[in-house]
Amino acid sequence: MNNPSAPLARRLFLSRTSQLTLSATAVGLLAGTGGIAHAQSSMSASADVAILNVALGLEHEAINAYQLGAGSGLLQKPVLDVAVSFQSHHKAHRDALFATIEKLGGKPVMEKKLDDYAMALNAASLKNQADVLMLAAKLELGATNAYLGVIPSFKDTKLAQVAARLAADETMHYTVLTSALGQSLPAMALSFGA
Amino acid sequence: MGSAALPANAEGDAARGAQSHAARCGGCHSVEADRIGPRHAGVFGRRAGSVAGFDYSPALAASRFVWDARTLESWLSDPESLVPGQRMGYRLSDPAARADVIAYLATLDSRATEAAPSYSASSR
Repeated sequence: MNNPSAPLARRLFLSRTSQLTLSATAVGLLAGTGGIAHAQSSMSASADVAILNVALGLEHEAINAYQLGAGSGLLQKPVLDVAVSFQSHHKAHRDALFATIEKLGGKPVMEKKLDDYAMALNAASLKNQADVLMLAAKLELGATNAYLGVIPSFKDTKLAQVAARLAADETMHYTVLTSALGQSLPAMALSFGA
Repeated sequence: MGSAALPANAEGDAARGAQSHAARCGGCHSVEADRIGPRHAGVFGRRAGSVAGFDYSPALAASRFVWDARTLESWLSDPESLVPGQRMGYRLSDPAARADVIAYLATLDSRATEAAPSYSASSR
């Protein structure tokens, strides 16, 4: 790191695209298609629901992590605006996953209290904007790899494709955050998801 | 649990594994805190599904095996094959990365805390 106010980072943060349409798109992808729910046997649907519920838990945590960052007073504009934007993406992911789990006959895992997330993520250790961005980058990278890593386990290939699209969102978040932190790009290709 | 012969992971690099752990496991797991997945401190030698207070799948909670290099290799390769009905679903497909992560996990005693790696996309 470490120059969160670098010009490149500012340009990246200021060049937000399509954030207002993502929610509807993502929800349509997951919940609006009838094929997902009806094509699966109950056993394979149950296995997919289990994976989707882990993903939903991850999205709950991401939403709360950004809430902790936004509420910390440590983020300055335009970083704060981008954090809120990324949080809105995670809310769209949550809504889509929640609807899909219900559509498959599952019971969506519920969100914990903000204080629980604060403790698990050691939010008390965040002292400045760079700390918040580092935590967010860590979680976004983990989410990217988590989504890529569950793709082979889905019984329904439509859900596998959705996981790939969710991973793409997380990768975009991670890339913006690491750029803002002044970190270098991965030296090698295929650095995610192996 | 599966009974196929599994390679031990004596070749893994724990330092590289710390980086891989942050990048590949950090979305759901921390060393010292339970998050989407249970804490990893003290995982070696611990019975699977036994962290107090963590909400495991019934399948993993009912399992009776202990985490070691062999069981972790199997779990990270394909958790559903090891414990049908588990919830994780995540597969760490790169054998070398698995070996590194397992070598790192072996260093984490029950009092271990999170390292402070740089969060690069890949360590290999």
